[in-house]
Amino acid sequence: MRVTNGDADVNAPVNFEGNAFPEGPRERLVVIGNGMAGCRAVEEILAREPERFEITIFGAEPRVNYNRIMLSPVLAGEKTFDEIVINTPAWYIDNGITLVSGDKVERIDRDTQTVIAASGRTEPYDKLLIATGSDPFIIPVPGKDLDGVVTFRDLDDVDRMLAAADKGGSAVVIGGGLLGLEAAHGLSLRGMQVSVIHLMPSLMERQLDEAAGFLLRSELEKRGQTILTGANTQEIIGKDGHVAGVRLEDGTEIPADIVVMAVGIRPATGLAKEAGLEVERGILVDDHMVTSDPNILSVGECVQHRGLCYGLVAPLWDMCRALADHVTDRATGYEGSVTSTKLKVSGIDLFSAGDFSGGEGCEDIVMRDAARGIYKRVIVKDNRIVGAVLYGDTTDGSWYFDLLKKGEDVSEIREALIFGQAFASGGALLDPNAAVAALSDDAEICGCNGVSKGQVVSCIEGGAHSLDAVRSGCKASASCGSCTNLVESLLAVTLGGEVETGPATMCRCTSFSHDDVRALIIEKELTSIPHVMQELHWSTPDGCASCRPALNYYLLCALPGVYEDDQKSRFVNERMHANIQKDGTYSVVPRMWGGLTNPRELRAIADVVEKYDAPMVKVTGGQRLDIFGIKKEDLPAVWADLNAAGMVSGHAYGKSLRTVKTCVGSEWCRFGTQDSTGLGVKIERMTWGSWMPHKFKIAVSGCPRNCAEATIKDFGVVCVDSGYELHVGGNGGIKVRATDLLCKVATEEEAMEMCAAFIQLYREEARYLERTAPWIERVGLEHVKLALADAEAVRAYAARFHHSQCFMQDDPWAKRAAGERADLHQHLATVRPSDSSYQLEKA
Amino acid sequence: MMTGDWLDIGPVGQIEAGTARTLPVEGAQELAIFHTLRGEFFAIVNACPHKKGPLSQGIVHGDVVTCPLHNWNISLRDGRALGDDEGCVPTIPLRVDAGRIYLLRAAVLGGGAEAAPAEAEV
Ligand code: SRM
Ligand SMILES: Cc1cc2nc3c(=O)[nH]c(=O)nc-3n(C[C@H](O)[C@H](O)[C@H](O)COP(=O)(O)OP(=O)(O)OC[C@H]3O[C@@H](n4cnc5c(N)ncnc54)[C@H](O)[C@@H]3O)c2cc1C
Ligand code: SF4
Ligand code: FES
Repeated sequence: MRVTNGDADVNAPVNFEGNAFPEGPRERLVVIGNGMAGCRAVEEILAREPERFEITIFGAEPRVNYNRIMLSPVLAGEKTFDEIVINTPAWYIDNGITLVSGDKVERIDRDTQTVIAASGRTEPYDKLLIATGSDPFIIPVPGKDLDGVVTFRDLDDVDRMLAAADKGGSAVVIGGGLLGLEAAHGLSLRGMQVSVIHLMPSLMERQLDEAAGFLLRSELEKRGQTILTGANTQEIIGKDGHVAGVRLEDGTEIPADIVVMAVGIRPATGLAKEAGLEVERGILVDDHMVTSDPNILSVGECVQHRGLCYGLVAPLWDMCRALADHVTDRATGYEGSVTSTKLKVSGIDLFSAGDFSGGEGCEDIVMRDAARGIYKRVIVKDNRIVGAVLYGDTTDGSWYFDLLKKGEDVSEIREALIFGQAFASGGALLDPNAAVAALSDDAEICGCNGVSKGQVVSCIEGGAHSLDAVRSGCKASASCGSCTNLVESLLAVTLGGEVETGPATMCRCTSFSHDDVRALIIEKELTSIPHVMQELHWSTPDGCASCRPALNYYLLCALPGVYEDDQKSRFVNERMHANIQKDGTYSVVPRMWGGLTNPRELRAIADVVEKYDAPMVKVTGGQRLDIFGIKKEDLPAVWADLNAAGMVSGHAYGKSLRTVKTCVGSEWCRFGTQDSTGLGVKIERMTWGSWMPHKFKIAVSGCPRNCAEATIKDFGVVCVDSGYELHVGGNGGIKVRATDLLCKVATEEEAMEMCAAFIQLYREEARYLERTAPWIERVGLEHVKLALADAEAVRAYAARFHHSQCFMQDDPWAKRAAGERADLHQHLATVRPSDSSYQLEKA
Repeated sequence: MMTGDWLDIGPVGQIEAGTARTLPVEGAQELAIFHTLRGEFFAIVNACPHKKGPLSQGIVHGDVVTCPLHNWNISLRDGRALGDDEGCVPTIPLRVDAGRIYLLRAAVLGGGAEAAPAEAEV
């Protein structure tokens, strides 16, 4: 035994030359890759037939084999390199293994059955094992080769990061997956200012759904990291050959002293491909880890087995067992692995396994506990768990994973599954009602308001026979709502079948009503749709087509200027700022203030009709013109033309102010008492662009003959000699309702202020998709009158309306015409036939 | 990199999660490429089984799109109408590899059995 190239330091290029075995020639096994899979395979073989092979391992890294996954704790300062070494020099020596480290194999010659390393060393083999792992994927952007751009794969990378961290400053990590976040965590603990740039909208999107991604993001931001999602790196900026920052596609620049690329890995297949082995994404192997050459085997991240490449260690262990069985003639076979993931960031508990994308026949069981920051989702299909995502409490991760791998039928424990193993295996406790019944009287039900089971029960016995009555009676479940299930169980247990259902819940995703949700958004200062869903325990991961637009409106109304409108939660018309028609084209209605127009506008409309071949133009019931049959691709150009003539969006598509209808008024009409046209224009200028629970229509008539039909509008003004009668809650649609008289005022200013105040009251109180007529029927005219009884209150409502209008009165058409959100209007590309084939043309 | 049978239609980043974009195909039906909030991608024909509503314009939730015309819910996974509604829209096999989206060429041309193999160019 001879040790060359220095002493037996674990982290140095060391070569151990194995003994020539006296008892005669053995089969020669050469291993390329001194990493986790290669060495494990050797261990497995030695455990079966220690004397069968003469083994040589080549490793490109100048050190012994270590536990690669523990590089994250090394970076974070929680472990040293010595602590993560798996195979010490003694292991190689004791097993007679020749280790050639720091010497990369450059070629496999299958004809002569030899491998050739960079140093020129040539080693013959009977069996060859390729365990080259994978290479970090480098995104091909300008600046990728600058000094200070590093990957996260081996100890040298960690050393580079530590050297940068020593100097302090800023780090940018490109990639918000497992590796990227562990790198970010380590660098952040080492004192760097860290930004994570992630292409996808949600962190770790391959392992986490949007809800868990949101929680993870909030936690990392709390720790001071900057998380940029949906961010596409355009260039790495350099200064004097060293990185200085990163520029994103949207022009944002982030300064950086080091850039870590952690966007993914590629199986290292180069050697195999050159040697002519069959390679797709990975080196193709059969169930015995044999490649297309029977003398060459392969394991680890570099292989593709039954169509899959793996990037985690658990599958490697199974592969190595199958391989060792095969080469020692006990063939068992590898059948693929189901994997699970945990993030190694201290203080963050996160687990994911299997397929969490849902789908046909899949049922989501979701539990959220906002107070403790917990989100759990188990996906069940055909009574079997197919996936799980856990955040905040991962104690049951391995239990779910076990049920998943074994494919066990969970129908027996279905009801209690989400509460975890302790609960579900409790036998007698299988029925949640029974579990609640078994609680002692002083057991706490509602943590937020400190309400015990005894108090809830006496509240129910005192006459509170619905969830809502309990909420107002003893406050249980009135705050975060996470105990709603418990209270409902108590109602069921206490009353038997007598439970009354409260106001309808917002949709099937929540147990809260519209009013509850609105109140809680304000009380708990919720700021985004995922935030609401987590805090209010949504039972679906990302809501549905009915709650998403409602939440978007409630947030917009509660946080003017702060909340960023979520376009993808809007109905098509509001997203496209035009009305969709039955053939998929759009109609365009420019605003005509108070029903007034002029030659310039009419000419522009006429030109648009001709230029874009609009099949129809029509006078609407709202005193303006509607252009029909415009294609989504043409909308921005149509708007640009209309904008040029001074016209803006008429919001004929929106849950927003539609039209202010007027009559001619005192300026021309022989009966007119006031300038109804002028007031109508002023009111429309004040109110246009505002988002509402439903559409909102206004009219101003110049006298009680009421030619503008003000008494069937949401807000109607009827001018009289002595001033202005203000009417509310009218509707001319499905169910005609004449307005109620709200009040009479003397001046235009008062009329306008009351209009603003009434709109704001409606905006703040009505439920989404409730027009003023049904709203007033529900709350009563007296409620509205009372709310707007004194001047102070009117001023306050009006002021809130004006504040929110500061952010609303931007013509959405102008922004689109200027190129904003072009993706909503352009095709991705077009597929066209060419001579003999189909080709793609970029839009 | 996939070629041959798979048509490269560009990087994943061009479709915001929770939305869809359209891909007209000359001589065949327009397709809608969806990117869900859970990060999955799907391709289906851009016409609702009810009255041909442009599904690309609907609200996406989970792996379902709600048609913008009359609110049918269509599964992106298999194109089937959910709930009480009945109908099915064709789906196109889609793969994502190294941040790019690929469609099965033959299916793009309308399940075309005689689809000629072609080179993908973007
Ligand atoms: C274009 C227009 C008809 C016309 O050619 O005159 C029209 C067209 C539509 N109306 Fe209307 N309404 C139009 C004036 C009216 C009026 C008259 C008015 O505003 O003075 C009414 C009755 C007044 C009222 O709203 O109280 C009216 C009551 C409705 C209703 C019933 C509302 C209700 O609360 O009962 C609906 C259905 C709905 O909103 O759910 C509706 C829905 C629609 C929709 C948006 C249907 C839809 O969802 O696609 C139509 C859109 C067509 C399009 O693409 O442009 N439209 N609609 C009018 C556009 C006015 C404008 O300039 O913006
Ligand atoms: C920072 C980090 C954290 C991770 N965390 C986890 C985790 O928490 N859980 C988990 O399951 N997985 C984790 N992984 C993934 C896990 O480490 C890999 O799945 C595993 O190491 C793969 O083993 P392998 O043997 O296939 O590849 P490797 O361990 O990479 O070994 C391959 C070796 O081959 C060498 N080599 C390549 N080409 C040649 C050549 N031509 N000649 C000689 N030598 C060559 C390489 O230098 C390397 O040392 C993590 C990975 C990293 C980088
Ligand atoms: S009445 Fe209104 S909703 Fe009905 S067809 Fe006419 S425009 Fe459409
Ligand atoms: S066309 Fe899609 S629901 Fe009617």
